Amino acid sequence: MALTTFASPAPAGVRSPQPVRLRDVRRAFATPTGPRAVLAEVDLTLAAGEIVALIGPSGCGKSTLLRQISGLDAPDAGEILIDGTATRGIDHRCAVAFQEPRLLPWRTLSENVSLGLPRGTAKDTGAGRVAELLELVGLGPSADLRPRQVSGGMAQRASLARALARNPGVLLLDEPFGALDALTRLKMQDLLLDVHAAEPTTIVLVTHDVEEALYLADRVVLLGAPEGPGAGSVKKIITVPGARPRDRASAPLAELRVELLEGLGVDTHHAAQHPTTQHPTTNPGDRPVDPATRTTPTTETPR
Amino acid sequence: MTDTIVGGTGTGPVVDQHGRPLRGLNQLDAGTGGATPPGTGAHGSPHDGGAPAPDTAAARTTGSRLVDRRPVRALLALLIPLALLGAWQWATTTGQVAPHLLPSPAAVWASAIDLAERGLLGQYVAISTQRVLLGFAAGAGLGLLVGAVVGLSRLADVLVAPTLGAVRAIPSLAWLPLLILWVGIDEESKVTLIAIGAFFPVYTTVAGSLRHVDPHLVELGRAYGLRGPRLFTGVQLPAVLPSVVSGLRLAMAQAWLFLVAAEMIASSMGLGFLLMDSANNGRTDRTLLAIVLLASLGKLTDTVIGLGQKHLLRRWS
Ligand SMILES: Nc1ncnc2c1ncn2[C@@H]1O[C@H](COP(=O)(O)OP(=O)(O)OP(=O)(O)O)[C@@H](O)[C@H]1O
Ligand SMILES: [Mg+2]
Repeated sequence: MALTTFASPAPAGVRSPQPVRLRDVRRAFATPTGPRAVLAEVDLTLAAGEIVALIGPSGCGKSTLLRQISGLDAPDAGEILIDGTATRGIDHRCAVAFQEPRLLPWRTLSENVSLGLPRGTAKDTGAGRVAELLELVGLGPSADLRPRQVSGGMAQRASLARALARNPGVLLLDEPFGALDALTRLKMQDLLLDVHAAEPTTIVLVTHDVEEALYLADRVVLLGAPEGPGAGSVKKIITVPGARPRDRASAPLAELRVELLEGLGVDTHHAAQHPTTQHPTTNPGDRPVDPATRTTPTTETPR
Repeated sequence: MTDTIVGGTGTGPVVDQHGRPLRGLNQLDAGTGGATPPGTGAHGSPHDGGAPAPDTAAARTTGSRLVDRRPVRALLALLIPLALLGAWQWATTTGQVAPHLLPSPAAVWASAIDLAERGLLGQYVAISTQRVLLGFAAGAGLGLLVGAVVGLSRLADVLVAPTLGAVRAIPSLAWLPLLILWVGIDEESKVTLIAIGAFFPVYTTVAGSLRHVDPHLVELGRAYGLRGPRLFTGVQLPAVLPSVVSGLRLAMAQAWLFLVAAEMIASSMGLGFLLMDSANNGRTDRTLLAIVLLASLGKLTDTVIGLGQKHLLRRWS
């Protein structure tokens, strides 16, 4: 699988990364037992080009939050500003990779990916770009297969390629690596970082995988109810130290991993220890700490 | 009635090595060689890593299944008609059935030659086919249009669907007196009746299937900037195309049905007329001839649409 950066220059119409601001976003859904608040007072600012991971327990509103940003759904209150302007309806600066692959069954993988090309892309430029993206996600030989002929993981990679084809200012990824095996998942994470380095864009990445969040993101946003069940809001924001690519086994990350898992309500059986001491359960790699990444992580709790 | 599989976003292969729907999954096909025996691994590893390589051994066993070979299929399809013909011949030549109840195949053939020599056979077949095709085109076209509007618009659905449902419940023959009165006894009334018959299957399938297009796919289309007509041609129409073709097939069958109704009552030529006329004159040979012709023509038009459908479904599954 080629993990080099883009060979050809980005096509015309490339967008620069956009900052995103969510101001007091609320969303409730009607249920038979009355309205149920899913998002309450979500306040979040994403810098242009930043990678932010959203984590939280299942059903806490991560996908719902992505839908608000993309404009597929509108908040009941509050507003979303992309590059300073409030979004109204579907925003074309965003590209979404949904939690399910959602490939059109009558199109081949490459035809599905070309759906992502920005409107008005010249035909041959587009074809080149699609081939390049398919190659990048390791689907070059499967370009002419139909979705029903490929595995779940292949479909998910095609869906990622389609979102990348959009060249968005804001890339919204809903558990993009959820259906991948462990090895492909690691490769795809590096691929995403390569793409981000070559064509910077603001990325919001929903994931269940704490290690993935810590490996990829500048900041990890823990979503969930402040206490007990209820509407989700930002519980904690963790700034991940160290420049990418990061050492997956570094000690500060291991500490953050414990912190995040505890934030998710998982008992890590982690006794409070001095950060430099290696703990067998949280640092399986057991590698020496890289001095470059040994910066202190910061944790902020929203108001 | 078809291999149609619609909807779904495809998260795993459910096709055989030729890209056709995996028929071996059906209860009555399993065990006849359709299902690959456990352990042969028809689809290789379940992990993803490039194209699923066609397993040559499995492809060979599946490809050589007797029922899937074209000449074998044609032979099997002809088996029952040939048996019926044989039974017919046997019953008439051995005198089991009186000739005025069931004339022999030869007598029916002779009546066909006779009618053809008088120039009537070709004329009847031509006029009936023309009526069916005209009525089918008008009815199916309108059915597509109205079905699309009702399927895509909640308002139109609430406004129009109940009335059309009631109109559909009117038996075909009930229309005829009014049609003759309003549009005349000529071609128009018959073509209109056939159009009514062809309209409803298309309208119903189009409206129904458009309402049930996978909302995930429609949302996907919208997220990627498709709206209005581009969303329709890019997502909704392709999603319902297989069921639309099924609707067209039903409509074609219905068109022949309504043709006979129209021609039996108000016509001086055509196969329906031949049916009625021969029954009145006790010409059972001609009645049988009309029935055989209607069966053949109906099957022919159905096969033409079926071929288009097959070609189409190859892309959809
Ligand atoms: N259209 C809707 N109508 C009613 N309830 C909804 C709707 N969309 C989402 N919800 C509810 O909102 C909650 C959050 O859903 P969401 O899909 O955002 O969860 P999630 O955090 O993405 O979960 P997961 O990690 O399992 O994907 C769920 O309880 C769900 O039932
Ligand atoms: Mg979700």
